Amino acid sequence: MSNHTHATHLAHHFADEEQQRESAKMGMWVFLLTEILLFGGLFVFYAIYRSWHPDMFYNAHLQLDVVMGTINTVVLITSSITIALAIRSMQVDEQKKAVIFLIITVLLAATFMVIKYFEYSHKFELGQLPGKFYTFKGIQGSNPHIFFSVYFAMTGLHGLHVLIGMGVILWVIRRAARGEFSSEYYTPVEMTGLYWHLVDLIWIFLFPLLYLIG
Amino acid sequence: MSAHSEKTHIIPVKTYLAIGGLLMALTIVTVLVSFINLGGFNIVVALAIASVKALLVAFFFMHLYYDNKTYLIIFTIGLIFLTIFLSLTMFDTLRRDVVDPIEAQTIRKDAIIYQQEK
Repeated sequence: MSNHTHATHLAHHFADEEQQRESAKMGMWVFLLTEILLFGGLFVFYAIYRSWHPDMFYNAHLQLDVVMGTINTVVLITSSITIALAIRSMQVDEQKKAVIFLIITVLLAATFMVIKYFEYSHKFELGQLPGKFYTFKGIQGSNPHIFFSVYFAMTGLHGLHVLIGMGVILWVIRRAARGEFSSEYYTPVEMTGLYWHLVDLIWIFLFPLLYLIG
Repeated sequence: MSAHSEKTHIIPVKTYLAIGGLLMALTIVTVLVSFINLGGFNIVVALAIASVKALLVAFFFMHLYYDNKTYLIIFTIGLIFLTIFLSLTMFDTLRRDVVDPIEAQTIRKDAIIYQQEK
């Protein structure tokens, strides 16, 4: 088996590139499934406390900045479009374009984190913090610190995913810039894209649930 | 193009941009709707719009619509288990007081309970 000719990126235990690609993708989807369940725990956390304290959740959510939340939603959706276009560029063998789209994606991710930093630091100043660190006065309803526990747990885990995503995208940019990918092999870019879209997908739910309580 | 591209569906740029535009439009709609008081329906509308957006991302950006259906099955299994997790928990937490009336109590003696200041 070892002396047949194949591309360097094809591992010897795969019959062909198609099988290797499909296997990688399936592994990635199983990982994304675990991610859905990881965030799922926090969504259940949210559902329990919102159903117990509906008025407090409404009053506490007014402290969040809808404008910043909306801008961040637009930023993240745009980054999802750019990474999808990066993968498409890979598929049609336009590596330079792909690198540019990936750089735009990582810059948008950084923009998201900067906006998140401003939101967080504002809340730290006001003492709108989780659990026993909560010192803010001025929210009607019992136990408003629970809302901020939920807020920081959910956006914190999401923010961590954005940071990890940025690292992975930078790694993929480096490899793409070295010319390691082509329309024949771009699996790492595709997997990064799937991960990044999931991060966007989670935010699509976090945004209305936290910022837009009706 | 090589034989490889026969198996990989390449989506036109304008499809990506159209889906992106739709996602932006739905974002604006969900923000605007949140300022209209629909009572209990606000959360229903917000989640419905979010679900449509999520499906657009999953089907087009994540290629589930074009790819091998195995990935769609894995994704769906995740959603099914999330639904079981959420609904069974809600059956418990929403109905606890039906069996026993709930009285407020702190787990730790020195815990702070933030009460309504009216």
